[in-house]
Amino acid sequence: MKENKDILDKTLKRKHKLQAKDVKVFYDDFMAIKGIDMNIRANKITAFIGPSGCGKSTFLRLFNRMNDYVDGFRMEGEILIDGENIYKKKVNVEQLRKQVGMVFQKPNPFPKSIYENVAYGLKIQGIKDKAFLKDKVEESLKQVGLWNEVKEDINKSALALSGGQQQRLCIARTLAVEPSIILMDEPTSALDPISTAKIEELIYQLKEKYTIVIVTHNMQQAGRISDYTAFFYMGELIEYDKSKKLFTNPEKQQTENYITGRFG
Amino acid sequence: MNNIRTNRLKDQAFKFWGIACTFLGLILLTIFIGSILIDGLQRIDWDFITSLPSRKAERAGIYTALMGSVWILVFTTIIALPLGIAAAIYLEEYAKESRLSSLLEINISNLAGVPSIIYGLLGLEVFVRIMEMGASVLAGSFTLALLILPIVIVATRESLKAVPKSIRDASFALGASKWQTVSQQLLPASFGGILTGVILALSRAVGETAPLIVIGALAYVPFAPESPMDEFSVLPIQIFNWISRPKHGFEVNAAAAIIVLLLITFILNGIAVYFRNRWQSKLK
Ligand SMILES: Nc1ncnc2c1ncn2[C@@H]1O[C@H](COP(=O)(O)OP(=O)(O)OP(=O)(O)O)[C@@H](O)[C@H]1O
Ligand SMILES: [Mg+2]
Repeated sequence: MKENKDILDKTLKRKHKLQAKDVKVFYDDFMAIKGIDMNIRANKITAFIGPSGCGKSTFLRLFNRMNDYVDGFRMEGEILIDGENIYKKKVNVEQLRKQVGMVFQKPNPFPKSIYENVAYGLKIQGIKDKAFLKDKVEESLKQVGLWNEVKEDINKSALALSGGQQQRLCIARTLAVEPSIILMDEPTSALDPISTAKIEELIYQLKEKYTIVIVTHNMQQAGRISDYTAFFYMGELIEYDKSKKLFTNPEKQQTENYITGRFG
Repeated sequence: MNNIRTNRLKDQAFKFWGIACTFLGLILLTIFIGSILIDGLQRIDWDFITSLPSRKAERAGIYTALMGSVWILVFTTIIALPLGIAAAIYLEEYAKESRLSSLLEINISNLAGVPSIIYGLLGLEVFVRIMEMGASVLAGSFTLALLILPIVIVATRESLKAVPKSIRDASFALGASKWQTVSQQLLPASFGGILTGVILALSRAVGETAPLIVIGALAYVPFAPESPMDEFSVLPIQIFNWISRPKHGFEVNAAAAIIVLLLITFILNGIAVYFRNRWQSKLK
């Protein structure tokens, strides 16, 4: 019996890649997250939606501890990845971030060559093998469909790329360190529709291998690519369900108001 | 209607005022440099640069002072650069917001405004006497290093601040440690700005006279320094010394030495501009 329960626990954990347990976040005295419980599934795309300032980014950045440096930041509760509390003292934050990649709202390539951008995450791990790095850079750029566009200019500055290409480069850079989770904070909000479509396509392909959490203000986007959607409002998780269900038949009035554009 | 007209008039008036001010500055500078060139240029030749000091104006050269300045410049850089950049990195990237760090900050800004002769007194007491360095190149370099330290720190901090937060985010998110982020992203990205600040600080150090006189640098040294513990003179002191002599020949020497000093400053500034431009174009 006990064994069975362990196995059950383990599969549950595996299904629930990310877990938040009664999480509260404070910026000084201001409570930005007001006690959220949430389980995020492995190899699915989960979208965070909600009006500006409701705490989506704050909540997202808990999973790779990017809030740690923010002045006045304080957290209560637990965040678990694969069942492990990542806010425990002995957790190595650098190691954690190799497992949990992040893509930002504005493309933010380093002011270096395309090659250096992708290789950086590996180099800081102490990997020096040139052939390995070259292969890995090529593989990552192929994964995001950028290889054919840039293979001639691999040593040129990444800042010369278009916004959409830069964002795909940033995704490639994240993939190169082989995370299992990718957090995306409005990754297409600074891009044109064609680049956006390319990146949506890419995200959709990535879910085979990665657990993806994406913040978006674009309802169509959330509906198109995500398996699950979470609606946040004023630091609270109002509704969290399969995207199909949430967008067609939400349980809560607030959710319906938001997705139909009646507020926010 | 009227309003537009008066505005335009004010606009014009300000434009002329601005042009006038600019020209006044340029004219004064031209007169200054022109008169020095007229006085000194005839005196500058290889002999003047390679000769040792002498009591005869026609035979005196700037060799020892020039070498003294070079030695001072090199050692000041060696001392001030690592200290200043490390302090700036600490304050900008590591120090938490606290009473102590804001106290440090205010004091560093204030230090930049302390008269240089005070640094001389500090150097005299601490380096020359307590640490028993004597009136050596090393004591002079430490004194000048202290003097330019605030400038280096402020310049480095400004350059670090100018690196967008998104670069830090990107680096941290890939699993880089703080030091990796500083050394591999922030310092390279702010290198141009730091270098400009450092070189401008150094060109100030080359021109400093008072603190070095206070610590006991001599106007007359028979030989160029051969080690950091040797006595030294520097160009500005040599110039000061020559100007204060009654004989006309020395005045000419002073003018010639000023040209050399100006040249060094211009070259330093030129290097700063070159690196800044190169760095900016590399970032594009
Ligand atoms: N560094 C900070 N210091 C203080 N308060 C902050 C900080 N960052 C965020 N907040 C506050 O926390 C709340 C949640 O912010 P957050 O950035 O998570 O919202 P968001 O849902 O991502 O909004 P948006 O859609 O505009 O990106 C906001 O009220 C915001 O003002
Ligand atoms: Mg946000």
